[in-house]
Amino acid sequence: MAEPLLRVDGVSKRFGGLLAVDNVSLDVQSGRITALIGPNGAGKTTLFAMISGFLTPSMGRIYHRGDDITGVPPYRLARRGITRTFQIVRPFAGLTVHENIAIGAHLSRRSRAAARDAAAQIAQLVGLVEMLDKPAASLTVAGRKRLELARALATEPAVLLLDEVLAGLNPTELAAMVPTIRAVTDRGITIVMIEHVMQAVMSLAQYVYVLAEGHILTEGSPQEVVGDARVIEAYLGRGAAARLNAVGAVHG
Amino acid sequence: MRALAPIAVVVALLAAVPLVTASNLVLNFLVVALLTALVGQGWNLLGGYGGQYSFGHAAFFGTGAYATAILQVRYGVNAWLGFAVGIAAGAAVGAIIGALSFRSGLKGSYFALVTLAFAEVLRIIASVAPITGAGVGTLIKLDLRPEALQFQSRVPFYWIILGLVAVSLVIMRMIEDSRFGAYLLALRENEDAAKALGVNTTLIKLGAMTVSAAIAAAGGCFYAQYFLFVDAGIAYGSWISIAALLAPIVGGAGTVFGPLLGALVVKTLGEATKLVAGDAPGLDLVIYGCVLILIVAFAPSGIAGLLRGAFQRFAAVKSLRPGQPHG
Repeated sequence: MAEPLLRVDGVSKRFGGLLAVDNVSLDVQSGRITALIGPNGAGKTTLFAMISGFLTPSMGRIYHRGDDITGVPPYRLARRGITRTFQIVRPFAGLTVHENIAIGAHLSRRSRAAARDAAAQIAQLVGLVEMLDKPAASLTVAGRKRLELARALATEPAVLLLDEVLAGLNPTELAAMVPTIRAVTDRGITIVMIEHVMQAVMSLAQYVYVLAEGHILTEGSPQEVVGDARVIEAYLGRGAAARLNAVGAVHG
Repeated sequence: MRALAPIAVVVALLAAVPLVTASNLVLNFLVVALLTALVGQGWNLLGGYGGQYSFGHAAFFGTGAYATAILQVRYGVNAWLGFAVGIAAGAAVGAIIGALSFRSGLKGSYFALVTLAFAEVLRIIASVAPITGAGVGTLIKLDLRPEALQFQSRVPFYWIILGLVAVSLVIMRMIEDSRFGAYLLALRENEDAAKALGVNTTLIKLGAMTVSAAIAAAGGCFYAQYFLFVDAGIAYGSWISIAALLAPIVGGAGTVFGPLLGALVVKTLGEATKLVAGDAPGLDLVIYGCVLILIVAFAPSGIAGLLRGAFQRFAAVKSLRPGQPHG
């Protein structure tokens, strides 16, 4: 396989007595969607924070195109083409949707007019055109998730780290968002996503890492991973896989 | 250049005042109000646009005032040059305090307290150091020549302070129309989100603080030339730190005209209080306090926000009226 775009090598993060991420290694291949799944508290968001430069690992290194980027601050990573969205959305609430997206577009454009033009195009892509002149604070949850995505896209990233952009959406909103994400990969952007909505992971991701209690439980294609008894037990508790099989046998 | 038109109109109107009245009372009032507006402009860049609330703009004002005075009195430097050096010295103090606080990640009330502490430390040093004249202060010799930046009449002083305010208004407008300004608003709204989008927030805050300090220092330089006297309580006293934040908050923080509007309103209130209650010490501060509470409670975006709200309601009502083209 080709050299990975991103390589996480033996990364750990300790908060006092809590080992939130424990010796995690993973590779992100260029041009595809890699998903990071796992139960709550597995350390997914902490791992994301380390990849995006918001936290420095206690141990281990992170590489981008072979360069060591461990501990590089987020704004420098953004200039390298790595940017993230936040699970708890962080709109610039007092600014309009247009201005929110323009902040991202300013990364590669000094002129206000150019940034605002680029922002309007991004709004087209993520379906926020009608909301451009509205204050960001007036957006619904789904709108704010789209805004997170739009702002990150406006920086023209090579790697986009999406932290639960689908969480909290209703089925209609979900169905509308999945093609948007696919449109993003069609632009040649590599995506790493933390996601709980398995249906979306199954249909979007090419490769899945399962994180539980801070370490990688298993990895593989979505189909391989969901059939893994350890994954089911990580989510549903010890012995759950066996019970599910028993139930399945009775009904099957 | 359409964006600069409102500034041109306001400045032209104010510039015409001495042509209408020669009253020293009016001119003196306006000079002090414009001085407050200028220092408020400085605070507004950092606090209003950048969301970094400083309680210590006296540190920059005082540095400008002392630099102008000391350079003339002790080193025989020309007053105009002293003025320019004073602005640079204030900017340098801003950059140093900014670097120390922003690099250590101080935010919100911690940043406010640190700026207050720096201003107080400077005040205490200035009240004992021989170079500042310690407790006696520094008196600039009377020398009524334009070369010495002193004038018989108040009118040239009035035009100078108006010119400084005009420059600060234009600077603020240009910042609003720049990437730097957009980034400043972004980090005010959410610093982590700004970082994720590639904004070097520490550098942007540092830049804002330096320009903010330079503007406040220009106010200090002007103060020294106008009153020809500086001491520690005037230069580094909390009165100017309070005036610096009161004017923009009352007028509308994060707006170009907020500080000017606020300074005129606050100074008018101050004068009105004096008329009604005489020179009761501290009463104007009580009034300022009440105004601040009322503004924060009922009009958090200041007078400018109230006016904008009223205008929008007016426009909405007009567009709803039947028979109108777009009604």
